[in-house]
Amino acid sequence: MPDISISLIINGENHSATVEPRKTLADFLREDCRLTGTHLGCEHGVCGACTVILDDRAVRSCLVFAVQADGADVTTVEGLAPVGSLNPVQKAFEAEHGLQCGFCTPGFVVSATALLQRNPNPTENEIREGLSGNLCRCTGYQGILRAVRSAADAMTENA
Amino acid sequence: MKPAPFNYYAPTTTDEVCTLLSDLGDEAKVLAGGQSLVPMLNLRLARFEALVDLGRVEALRRVEVTGDRLTLGAMVRQCDVEERDDIGAAVPLLAAATPLIGHFQIRSRGTVGGSIAHADPAAEYPAVALALDAELEIAGGSGTRTVAARDFFLGTWDTVLEPDEILASVTFPRWGSGSGFAVEEVARRHGDFAIAGAAVGVRVQQGKIEQATIALFGMGPTPLRATEAEQSLVGLEASSVDAKAIGALAVATMDPSEDLHASSQLRRRIGATVVSRALGRAIQEAGVA
Repeated sequence: MPDISISLIINGENHSATVEPRKTLADFLREDCRLTGTHLGCEHGVCGACTVILDDRAVRSCLVFAVQADGADVTTVEGLAPVGSLNPVQKAFEAEHGLQCGFCTPGFVVSATALLQRNPNPTENEIREGLSGNLCRCTGYQGILRAVRSAADAMTENA
Repeated sequence: MKPAPFNYYAPTTTDEVCTLLSDLGDEAKVLAGGQSLVPMLNLRLARFEALVDLGRVEALRRVEVTGDRLTLGAMVRQCDVEERDDIGAAVPLLAAATPLIGHFQIRSRGTVGGSIAHADPAAEYPAVALALDAELEIAGGSGTRTVAARDFFLGTWDTVLEPDEILASVTFPRWGSGSGFAVEEVARRHGDFAIAGAAVGVRVQQGKIEQATIALFGMGPTPLRATEAEQSLVGLEASSVDAKAIGALAVATMDPSEDLHASSQLRRRIGATVVSRALGRAIQEAGVA
């Protein structure tokens, strides 16, 4: 099973590695790059905890092999804001009680960030639809919905 | 879980893909967007000696719009169908179906050709291809052939594709002015596979329905056309169509299977309902209130 050399940009930094073809992007990020902010819940594309941004689009990193991401530009939850600071979505999650245990949070934050990049002023329905691919077992979602609304408002005001 | 080991190939031309597939035989599987295949690999419901990734084949990403047709390379992603106005304007039924596929993170990777070649009976794109009598261009070791959508699907996850063949592109005919389209489905949650759904198109001229198409998904092992219901629509005044009756007629001879989401009977009732809803919306969109 020959390993394959890949090189990609992760959170603005070049990474080169040799990987087994079967290694998912999620496992590559966590194990090889030690970027453990990307969480793995279901590992078959249902829960959304592993969501990352791959070439400007939110994807399930458990459904992409690292070899497929050769040459790509990846942003994980660690890369959303400079170390020690939070992006508007992260700030809003803190302010609006958008998390409890935090396991699903990286996926929600990355999905919501990608959603607001494409649609800066979403309707309530669009927010619900945009978050429907992420599962949370603690919050009951209301705090998350408030957080995304408030992040959208904050980003629109500052635009 | 993690997938079993496999060899990975990333060819850059369709010819290379077909040569690889011929050499590797049925131990190899084609990887398109991976949104159905990779879950099956991760769960070890499927395992292959080799994956041949179509992601680096530029030719499979072409989009060609002419006056009377739209051709999409198999690797055109669902998010591009959703966002590109020229695609939606040329074939509005694709635009109507796409937001119903999975979640937006799935559509970031999922492809037109992957969805059709995977042939899940509850998927939207196979029904759209069937409804519009799309032509499927198949590339293989022994050349290229074209298959009509109605001849492509054999059963659940089964098509006429041979192990050394790939679906290369899909050509949708464009309907003229006065046409309207809609897709309706019922799913337990947004983004889940539909229990049943319908893709409907009508073309109205001088108030009368001139052309009609109805394809259902989730109602059998393949997407199904409701031919009798379509024929009964042609010639009717668009403003006085009894959509409910057409819905009932559409599913009259269908015998869907049951699963934990719905009994066969419930599926048929949902099938009739989605046909009547989609028909109502399509007629409205065609410009007849």
